[in-house]
Amino acid sequence: MTDPNRRPAISHLTDRRAKASLSRVVRKVEFPLKSAETPDGQIPLPANTGANYETDWARRYASRVTRRIALSTVGKAVIQYYASPTIRGLDRLHDLDGPAIFASNHQSHADTLVLLTSIPAPWRHKACVGAAADYFFGNRTTAAISALFIGAIPIERTSINRNTIGKAVALLRGGWSMVIYPEGGRSPDGWGQEFRPGAAFLAKQAGVPVVPVHIRGTFDILRKGHNWPKRSKAIVNFGRPLEFAEEDNNRRFTRKLQAAVESLADETATGNWFAARQRAHAEDTPGLQGPDTSTWRRRWSLTENGDDQGGSHRRWPYV
Amino acid sequence: MTARRGLVLDVDRTTPPIVFHHGEGFRFEKLPTGSRVVYPNEPIEPIEDVDSAIRHALANPLGDSPPLEALLTPGMKLTIAFDDISLPLPQMQAPDIRGRIIEQVLDVAAACGVDDVHLIAALALHRRMTEAELRHAVGDRVYDAFAPTGQLYNFDAEDPEGLTHMGETDHGEEVVISKRAVESDLIVYVNINLVSMDGGHKSVATGLSGYAALRHHHNVQTMRRSKSFMDQEKSELHTKNWRQGRLIRDAGVKIFQIETTLNNDTFPSPWDFLQKREWEMTGKDRVMLLGTKKVLDKIPRRSARSIFQGIRSPFGLTSIQAGEVEAVHEVTTANVYKQHLVRVEGQTDILSMGLPYLGPYNVNSIMNPILVACLGLGYFFNLYKGKPLVREGGVVIMSHPTPWEFHPVHHPSYIDFFEEVLADSTDPEKIEQKYEKRYAEDEWYRHLYRTSYAYHGVHPFYMWYWCSHALEHVGQVIVVGGDQRAVKRMGFRSATTMRDALEMATDVVGRDPTLTHIHNPPVLMADVV
Repeated sequence: MTDPNRRPAISHLTDRRAKASLSRVVRKVEFPLKSAETPDGQIPLPANTGANYETDWARRYASRVTRRIALSTVGKAVIQYYASPTIRGLDRLHDLDGPAIFASNHQSHADTLVLLTSIPAPWRHKACVGAAADYFFGNRTTAAISALFIGAIPIERTSINRNTIGKAVALLRGGWSMVIYPEGGRSPDGWGQEFRPGAAFLAKQAGVPVVPVHIRGTFDILRKGHNWPKRSKAIVNFGRPLEFAEEDNNRRFTRKLQAAVESLADETATGNWFAARQRAHAEDTPGLQGPDTSTWRRRWSLTENGDDQGGSHRRWPYV
Repeated sequence: MTARRGLVLDVDRTTPPIVFHHGEGFRFEKLPTGSRVVYPNEPIEPIEDVDSAIRHALANPLGDSPPLEALLTPGMKLTIAFDDISLPLPQMQAPDIRGRIIEQVLDVAAACGVDDVHLIAALALHRRMTEAELRHAVGDRVYDAFAPTGQLYNFDAEDPEGLTHMGETDHGEEVVISKRAVESDLIVYVNINLVSMDGGHKSVATGLSGYAALRHHHNVQTMRRSKSFMDQEKSELHTKNWRQGRLIRDAGVKIFQIETTLNNDTFPSPWDFLQKREWEMTGKDRVMLLGTKKVLDKIPRRSARSIFQGIRSPFGLTSIQAGEVEAVHEVTTANVYKQHLVRVEGQTDILSMGLPYLGPYNVNSIMNPILVACLGLGYFFNLYKGKPLVREGGVVIMSHPTPWEFHPVHHPSYIDFFEEVLADSTDPEKIEQKYEKRYAEDEWYRHLYRTSYAYHGVHPFYMWYWCSHALEHVGQVIVVGGDQRAVKRMGFRSATTMRDALEMATDVVGRDPTLTHIHNPPVLMADVV
């Protein structure tokens, strides 16, 4: 006799689903197929993320070939679609020999791809990108993607980390060029930020020149706070390489670098190189940081400069 | 490694066939035993830090000139003139040295607060440069800063408002130059001295001048007295230019001359086999040479032309000097000679030359028969110091297809010159007297020169005059592999092969002549002793 209170048997389908559940399978996997948890009271070893992430593998031959193929196909196509960059000033690199630091203003995530597809050979083929350790190397997936596809190496932006600096200097001395953003992060509003002395420090330690670069027009592609790119025309302007002279110190060199990028920005904005040089000599070049006023007025000034290339959007409603 | 000097090779039975340039192609010619082949010097090691060299030259001028910075003051009028598309040959790989110099000059001008700046392509009677050519010469930055406002332009030698008559030399030569240049507080002239004829007082006195002044030295008599016009000490052309230049200087026109010399690293990879000696060509070079020849022989001339015209030379800067015109030019000439002079002992009965696809007046254009004659008998023949490589009454053999073909935009007056003038006479003196004035003052040619991209109406005459020293000196000119009708029109003889040409030459120079071949380009200048 059957028990009327007995619960119905689990359906055939449900039963199979339960058995096939991936999470259930994963949960059942144990050491040595998965890592063991650190026992209570024991200090865990430093994680292989953030500034500690090891990127040597991304500079081995196979990774370099993968990166080169990816950048020259998908990377280039994507950048051509979204930014269609105009590249200027390459003639200024004619006498550049050996590795260099390419120091650019930073408005958007698109900057890195724009630069990596604009920097001429041979520097492009042996370039790494100084990327924020806390952002790009926060977990192992983003760290691996960044290291493999853009050749990123972690750089601490909130503190001085001898390990990351030492690694960057060793790479530069070993013939690798580096893309770096002396502003330390993307522009919050389209205007630039004051340069930090990282590029100067690296140039001095590694004894390599710094190429000032100005990128215009990428702010609207993937600005801070946005996750989906928009199309906007970009202009990349390479400046004359700067050598760390004997009389320089980090601060003075950083000022020189910022002035060089500002002069390039002026040149791009006005389209008149000679007038830009005249203003540079008169120390009258407009700064990257914009007017020191309220947010809306800064934004307003930006649109007046023609830097807001958001397309044909109307800025005032119809009345 | 230091560059090896050029050499004179005595041909024996083991000597390989020599590579002759032949327009947009090559020929392999087995020269008779006992002939000589003159090879150019290898490219001199270029200056590594070009920007520093430019900076140094501007700050440490030669002669009695102050540094450039001291010559620039706010509110002044500055004119920067530069050599046109005829230099260098082929065009150099970007960035062009003119642009690099001009940028530094402008940077100093910007620092000194100079606003009124004009940049002029010193064309004289050459064709106007296109936007792309100007951009290549001065660089995009300079072009974009000055061209839109009309401050960068081609010189117009037929603009009645744009020329100033400065007077006459004590030999009666008129001096006419650009009005803007005369009114400027300073002219900075940026030269590329590819051969020893370039630069000096010729830069301003010819480059920024017009027909009224040029006719005093671009004539048959002057060219025949210039032996050669590449050798300043024996060049009447040089003497007359100097007289005009000194008049300009004495009239108070301030010139800051910048002259540059390039090495003869003429052909980039994969064409670099063209500047190797035959026995030093690797297997790869020979494969390239043969493959290229086969391809060039098969494809239409138009395609071959566009391939060759696309070549950009990797010339390296070997020297730059700035300051007072004559002091600068003396150093420049010594540096040009250092690269080009090859010592050759004694003259020859027959001089042979393989003419390449390019001369000064067919950049991005067609080398028509008149330009072929000018390149061979004007330039190559005159690339000597001392005495001509070929003896008086000797024979010149040139290898070139010499097509009956003209660029209708660049060379309109050449077409009429070839059809009308040369059909009547090939005697330079007769041509000069009978036709020059009409062509020089023709309104249609004048219009095309000013508004299109045409060489001036009188330009083909000058090309023919350029040949006049050679035509007077040699007994016969033979063209190998040329269009028979075109060759005949110029009064030369046509041969199908080099062997035929040598056979024909014996009629003039006897049964047992000596033969010297100049392996040019890369450019060489024979120092005949």
